[in-house]
Amino acid sequence: MQTTSIVFQGSPLAHYVLARADDALVLGHRLSEWCGHAPILEEDLALTNIALDLIGQARALYTYAAELEGRGHDEDDLAYLREDRQFHNLLLLEQPNGDFAVTCVRLLLFSAFAEPYWRLMRASSDAQLAAIAAKAEKECAYHVRHASQWVIRLGDGTEESHRRTQDALDTLWVYTGELFETSADEQALIAQGIAADPQAILPIWQNTVNAVLTEATLQAPSVSWMQTGGRRGLHSEHLGHMLAEMQYLQRTYPGAEW
Amino acid sequence: MYTQALNVVTEKLGDSEAEQRFLERIDAEERIEPNDWMPEAYRRLLIRQISQHAHSEVVGMLPEGNWITRAPSLRRKAALLAKVQDEGGHGLYLYAAAETLGISREEMVEQLLSGRAKYSSIFNYPTLTWADIGAIGWLVDGAAIMNQIPLCRCSYGPYARAMIRICREESFHQRQGYEIMLTLARGTPEQKAMAQDALNRWWWPVLMMFGPPDHASQHSEASMRWKVKRFSNDTLRQKFIDATVPQAQFLGLTIPDPELRFNAETGHWETGPIDWEEFHRVLAGYGPCNKERLAARRKAHEEGAWVREAALAYAAKQKQRITQQAA
Ligand SMILES: [Fe+2]
Ligand SMILES: [Fe+2]
Repeated sequence: MQTTSIVFQGSPLAHYVLARADDALVLGHRLSEWCGHAPILEEDLALTNIALDLIGQARALYTYAAELEGRGHDEDDLAYLREDRQFHNLLLLEQPNGDFAVTCVRLLLFSAFAEPYWRLMRASSDAQLAAIAAKAEKECAYHVRHASQWVIRLGDGTEESHRRTQDALDTLWVYTGELFETSADEQALIAQGIAADPQAILPIWQNTVNAVLTEATLQAPSVSWMQTGGRRGLHSEHLGHMLAEMQYLQRTYPGAEW
Repeated sequence: MYTQALNVVTEKLGDSEAEQRFLERIDAEERIEPNDWMPEAYRRLLIRQISQHAHSEVVGMLPEGNWITRAPSLRRKAALLAKVQDEGGHGLYLYAAAETLGISREEMVEQLLSGRAKYSSIFNYPTLTWADIGAIGWLVDGAAIMNQIPLCRCSYGPYARAMIRICREESFHQRQGYEIMLTLARGTPEQKAMAQDALNRWWWPVLMMFGPPDHASQHSEASMRWKVKRFSNDTLRQKFIDATVPQAQFLGLTIPDPELRFNAETGHWETGPIDWEEFHRVLAGYGPCNKERLAARRKAHEEGAWVREAALAYAAKQKQRITQQAA
């Protein structure tokens, strides 16, 4: 039987770019689920802004990944025709939105990494990535600010909001280890000056997150085990549902233009 | 979106000296500003119309929001997100415009959630396929523009200014929706059928967006006199029909009205009768999605209560910290 799925076959650099595109798309998609349902109208707009930034980043990265792959795929083929085991996003980003605290904490934990990541990537020896980084850095700086403000308000707000935000932190913390993992292929890209070294980002991330948690009167959880697998295509059960919904039209009408 | 002549206040026009001066200003096409004297009935009419309009923008986010996570390409997903975001922004400007008349946003939201305030009947219809996203942009935003362009000259300044900004975005939405329809109409047979089905379902409800026919709409005298409303429901509806029929023809789609014909003498397209019973039924709460739409707004509001409380509590603590520092 014919399948509509594709398998991405590219160089280590192409795979590296693809994984970053998956990060942006998956988080952008999650945030877009809030549109029309946020706690205040202003947040419908703000979360949508952030979703739009991330989907924009995903498009630029998918287009570049497809170009590097050189097999005639485009951004939509990569987003809509790969199966979940072919996605390489961080597990953190596919976690369900939960309540507003989960959404804000997830955004903080990721953006506090993404901002310095893209800042370092501006110096990438890969000109395309450096160009994407220049725009993404500015966008992620806003995402960190927005998420920080909310985590502080919620952490230092009411008893209920404090409890919910601490719960969100306790739930999501096990997914933060993955931010700093590197594969052997990535080590080589780091050595070539193409990819930023997550180890250089770790202290910056810790500073940002700790400062916010202190102001928010929240405790960084101590955990002895970090979840891992997203970068290798081993996901939580949530991603399959997200993709089933997202990919439904492309899969129902193979080859149609929309 | 979207105004609709739903609940227009009927008031006898008064004859006090202040009111005479007010009417002279209206006649001279002056803009009335929040601190100017205005008849109570004028204020009430505007509060009702602007808040209904704001609610329509916000409830209108739901039917289109229904397809954000299923948009068929990344470009369409981004465009739809941005469009629904614009509608939320329209809601915000309009709530702000209504607030200049002395009603709070909380009060207006409460009126919506309790079911006392109305919003445009069109949003009580479901979005069943992707083509509905095209049809809404093309037809619903298209009808909104017809309704709203004259409101850019509305006598109340804050409303008129909000409309100018909003109309610019609505025309962008309309073009975007039409472009979705064009893509489907030029696509596979299944896509073309999807586009036709969407037109079949949206056509009549969209014509109802302009409100009841003139002979049955006895309420617009004051609104016309005060230059809030400038054209009758039927006039605007006819303008919309005349503009839209050729667009449907260009798409190669059929308007679902066997009686539709061009009157060469008047130069207008004439339609068969509109089912006003359906209109009144939907307004009364028995449209296909009235319950879902209100339930979704209530759910967002209730589940967001702890967030809003936290923001207030935090702001109060901050204020206290600042006063303590100053002391
Ligand atoms: Fe609108
Ligand atoms: Fe619109």
